[in-house]
Amino acid sequence: MSDALADRPEPDAFTRPYWEAAAQGRLLLRRCGACGRAHHYPREFCPYCWSEDVEWEQASGDAVLYTWSVVHVNDLPPFRDRLPYVAAVVDLAEGPRMMTAVVGCDPATLNVGMALHVSLPTGDAADATDPAPIAAPVFTASRR
Amino acid sequence: MSLHRADTLGGRAAIAGIGATEFSKDSGRSELKLAVEAVHAALDDAGLRPQDVDGLVTFTMDTSPEITVAQAAGIGELSFFSRVHYGGGAACATVQQAALAVATGIAEVVVCYRAFNERSQHRFGVGLTSRQASSEGAAMGWTMPYGLVTPASWVALHAQRYLHSYGLSPDVLAPVAVADRFHAATNPAAYFYRRPITLADHAASRWIVEPLRLLDCCQETDGGQALVVTTSERARDLRHTPALITAAAQGAGRNQEAMTSFYRDGLTGLPEMGVVARQLWRTSGLTPADIDTAVLYDHFTPFVLMQLEEFGFCGPGEGAAFAAGGRLQLDWSGGDGLPVNTHGGQLGEAYLHGMNGIAEAVRQLRGSAVNQVPAAQHVLVTAGTGVPTSGLVLSRGR
Ligand SMILES: [Zn+2]
Repeated sequence: MSDALADRPEPDAFTRPYWEAAAQGRLLLRRCGACGRAHHYPREFCPYCWSEDVEWEQASGDAVLYTWSVVHVNDLPPFRDRLPYVAAVVDLAEGPRMMTAVVGCDPATLNVGMALHVSLPTGDAADATDPAPIAAPVFTASRR
Repeated sequence: MSLHRADTLGGRAAIAGIGATEFSKDSGRSELKLAVEAVHAALDDAGLRPQDVDGLVTFTMDTSPEITVAQAAGIGELSFFSRVHYGGGAACATVQQAALAVATGIAEVVVCYRAFNERSQHRFGVGLTSRQASSEGAAMGWTMPYGLVTPASWVALHAQRYLHSYGLSPDVLAPVAVADRFHAATNPAAYFYRRPITLADHAASRWIVEPLRLLDCCQETDGGQALVVTTSERARDLRHTPALITAAAQGAGRNQEAMTSFYRDGLTGLPEMGVVARQLWRTSGLTPADIDTAVLYDHFTPFVLMQLEEFGFCGPGEGAAFAAGGRLQLDWSGGDGLPVNTHGGQLGEAYLHGMNGIAEAVRQLRGSAVNQVPAAQHVLVTAGTGVPTSGLVLSRGR
């Protein structure tokens, strides 16, 4: 438990590599050495074969939009200052599904299956003008 | 109950008493006081006394522990006390716990209760501000940074994918809200008594989290509800026609999470409710055609449509068509409808984590509901959706 704002990640010993990589502009996922499948969110064991032979791997950052919602009401800081914002579920090119947000897009232009690319705090500068950037990996419309 | 074969619990226990406080937005008293009032009201209804009670069941989320309620309500020794997890998913499971206890002789009279000041004190809809120090809390750490902190935002992601998959617009959710409010309008206990809405009212209500409008979201309520469970034999000698527990089931799906099950294959159904449905139909020997009225958990309207599909009242993707045109309302005369949430549901009557819906099922079977379905014999009741959940088939006893 902490007094940190709700949008700040709270790394622990297991998740610290993920958040440190994100701060350096890299999106990580986890890949199982036993069955070969990738997963997200990161777990200490493979959620498909339950092997503990799971390693960090850098993701391509490519994804497609699976579903989203435009949040119009949230009274909690800091989210209330971002309304409306787009929460999303994306399918990463490597297979896993990921909870995230879509930024820099008119919500009216969103559609299921659209191509997205990851935007990280110090990576892609797509949201560099955002006064309150989300400290976790988000996605923008792919320019490719 | 088992995933693979019918169980032997069916028909051995019954709900013999129901009792509630008023449903309000500011109760003016403690959650413990609400719990005790509801327990006493349910015992009075059953014609039993606090000293007859030897078991208590509630939700893990309830702030009034079993022994605290026992002390405050004048209940003596307890041989059974239990709690069920996963928020509103616990509702019908509290009755299953009680039925298991009385059917096996572990207890004789068990009271299930849920009481809270969910409007005037802790409002779930406001969202999470911190993570619990648990494996569940750790999992929430992957959604909270994105502002996915409220029940509405979690449900909206499912709803959007459901609407997309079947080529539907958010307007298809309206008949669920309209039916709930139609029934609440004639229920004096309902917060929205005498305040029905139209499809146009729904369409004009503001977005909360697209595709959910204000009128797709349940109320926030202060209040308490309790249910008295005993053996079917003993229930026969009590004051009211027993509501026999014909089948009771819990269900969790594969890759289940609590409200954030976004990682499983499709988001167009409620697999955990499918687990419940399979068990309820198998143990009861009933089919959807045997159900006279249903109380379907309605914290948000999209999940009512998905429940109609999971229980087989209609096929996948057909929930919107099934609900359209007033087919969920008591005044529907077309023959292919199903009266749903005749008390007004949690949108219309009160949000009591589903426990008030179980009481409505009991009233329907007694023939004492304000919106009575003629000669109701079998009622389906469900608990919270999007979480590990539970359900009941209750039948009119003799
Ligand atoms: Zn594996």
